[in-house]
Amino acid sequence: MSIEELEKAFATDRKALMPFLMSGHPTPESFARNLREAAEYADVIEVGVPFSDPLADGPVIQAAAAQALSHRTTLRSTLEVLTARDDGPPVVLMLSVNQVLAYGVAKFAASAKQAKVSGAIVPDLPFEESAQVREAFAHEQIALIPMLAPTTSDERKRAILGKARGFAYLISVAGVTGTRDSYPPETLAYIRSARELSPVPVCVGFGISKPQHIEQLRQSADGFIVGSALIRGIDEARSVADILKPLRRACDTALTGNRS
Amino acid sequence: MTTATPAKGRFGIYGGQYVPETLVANLHALERAYESAQHDDAFQFEVERTLRDFVGRATPLYLAEQLSADYGGRVFLKREDLTHTGAHKINNAVGQALLAKRLGKSRIVAETGAGQHGVATAAACARLGLECIVYMGALDCERQRPNVERMKLLGATVVPCEAGRRNLKVAINEAIRDWISNPDSTHYLIGSVVGPHPYPTIVRDFQSVIGREARQQFIEREGKLPDAVIACVGGGSNAMGIFAGFVRDEVELHGVEAGGRGDDHAAPLNSGTPGVLHGAMQYLLQDDDGQILNTHSIAAGLDYPGVGPEHSFLKDAGRATYHVVDDEEALAAFKELSRREGVIPAVESSHALAYAKRLLQQRPGLSVIVNLSGRGDKDLPSLIERGLL
Ligand SMILES: Cc1ncc(COP(=O)(O)O)c(C=O)c1O
Repeated sequence: MSIEELEKAFATDRKALMPFLMSGHPTPESFARNLREAAEYADVIEVGVPFSDPLADGPVIQAAAAQALSHRTTLRSTLEVLTARDDGPPVVLMLSVNQVLAYGVAKFAASAKQAKVSGAIVPDLPFEESAQVREAFAHEQIALIPMLAPTTSDERKRAILGKARGFAYLISVAGVTGTRDSYPPETLAYIRSARELSPVPVCVGFGISKPQHIEQLRQSADGFIVGSALIRGIDEARSVADILKPLRRACDTALTGNRS
Repeated sequence: MTTATPAKGRFGIYGGQYVPETLVANLHALERAYESAQHDDAFQFEVERTLRDFVGRATPLYLAEQLSADYGGRVFLKREDLTHTGAHKINNAVGQALLAKRLGKSRIVAETGAGQHGVATAAACARLGLECIVYMGALDCERQRPNVERMKLLGATVVPCEAGRRNLKVAINEAIRDWISNPDSTHYLIGSVVGPHPYPTIVRDFQSVIGREARQQFIEREGKLPDAVIACVGGGSNAMGIFAGFVRDEVELHGVEAGGRGDDHAAPLNSGTPGVLHGAMQYLLQDDDGQILNTHSIAAGLDYPGVGPEHSFLKDAGRATYHVVDDEEALAAFKELSRREGVIPAVESSHALAYAKRLLQQRPGLSVIVNLSGRGDKDLPSLIERGLL
């Protein structure tokens, strides 16, 4: 996998669905099974590597990370699971900068490539701190996925998007991960302005949990990341297929609007 | 080659701004506000007036005569325990609260370990009419109960944090998450020289009044500089505050980390490796996978796996040395100061005192200043309950 394949994943006439799974949650075995099951509904799969102190995560993902860590899930064990994967949509890792540094930046990029990983989201590595990591990733054809927030100025948006590869991750509203009821009107305007500036597809995450959210935002965004809602569903012993099906449908009907 | 100027917000390789994108705009605004405040005479005057009339500065430099005789040298105590609310934390809390006003913020979040920073922040907010929410590990709520009551009386909301070991690290996690969720209304009033740039610089500057006073007081009294300055190091703010007064002098700087009990400690400068926690590169207690390790100290204010980036830099540069004092040694010093000098120190500060004793045993006759960062009232109920006194 490579950046190109990641970019290809968006070259369809439907909205991209990006489920987020936590490596090792609820157990390493179920994670591997969920990864296969999610592949059927996903354009890209985001795999979280559990971290002891995730600053941008709400209670649901924090608890999933703690559970995964209790099963001794590590970056290394996660890369092993991904290396063993035969096939499926591109995978993007989500992890903390300290995990990348502890592993070694260049070594991480090489191992990620070997594990057929297309990119990585590092939420606590903002643009100004990211040059070295981005270069090492680019060397192995791994995308460092940039994040934008509602608090990001237009000037910063331009600078960040100027270096973007793969896709841009739009944090929907100021806050930590977790489900939300609905989005304020500003959210739509913010997504539109980012998309206008962006040379890569823009995907919205943080709070996407039901088809209505996708319907509300689908005209402005290229894809949707579903994290806490999926993790919570798994915690409630629902099947991944059951959780993702309605969201997939909302993404598929997106371009044709309300044709039902 | 000229020596490289460290990048903005860096102390050598340490520091930086490793925060989620949502917070970057706030940090930039804080940088700008702090810069303009530094050149604003009215703001500086307001800080000075507050330190004098509300905090009770200058604090005395006290020659502990009996302890000096016991230890075999000259032991001076910088009496931060005599400040309003009882610890050095108030110096930074009042300064940052004024800065928050300047930024137009109406709501303050803070973390606290020993509760001293929480109490100081609650007091500063009460005075300025700011809403105050303090995150505190549930374990710390138990072991520093008097401070929980004080915060509530001062009008703050105290939120106990149940994750992990229920100590300072999880309180900082929660405070940062709150800030991410309320970036417009809220200022994060961090309590030590940790966190992303510009916090380590701002907190050091507000605490540097300790070192400025101590240097002047020592010279006035002794006609020379001390041989060494000693301070305990949790995040490292009382230590940076007093070090700042002497870092350009030929004075030894000694920081003291918490040795806890055996393998279970909170001494990243002595046993850690560089990494990123809470927004900054620093020495950290972490495993091979980059996971942050759990810590233990009898002192809630020292019970933290990271340490300020400037201390990390001073260690590598060899300008300061860092030592370890364990729970037992600190408790012994706690009792000793109470009996011999009539001063009950915070268990945090007791770590610095215990190291002073060790240093004077090794090198008798030195003149040292110990930063007595706080008073021990907060520690009594829990120490008595556990039969440790
Ligand atoms: C009395 C006292 N001393 C020291 C500390 C440790 O913090 P720092 O290392 O930032 O001075 C605390 C923290 O709560 C404290 O209350």
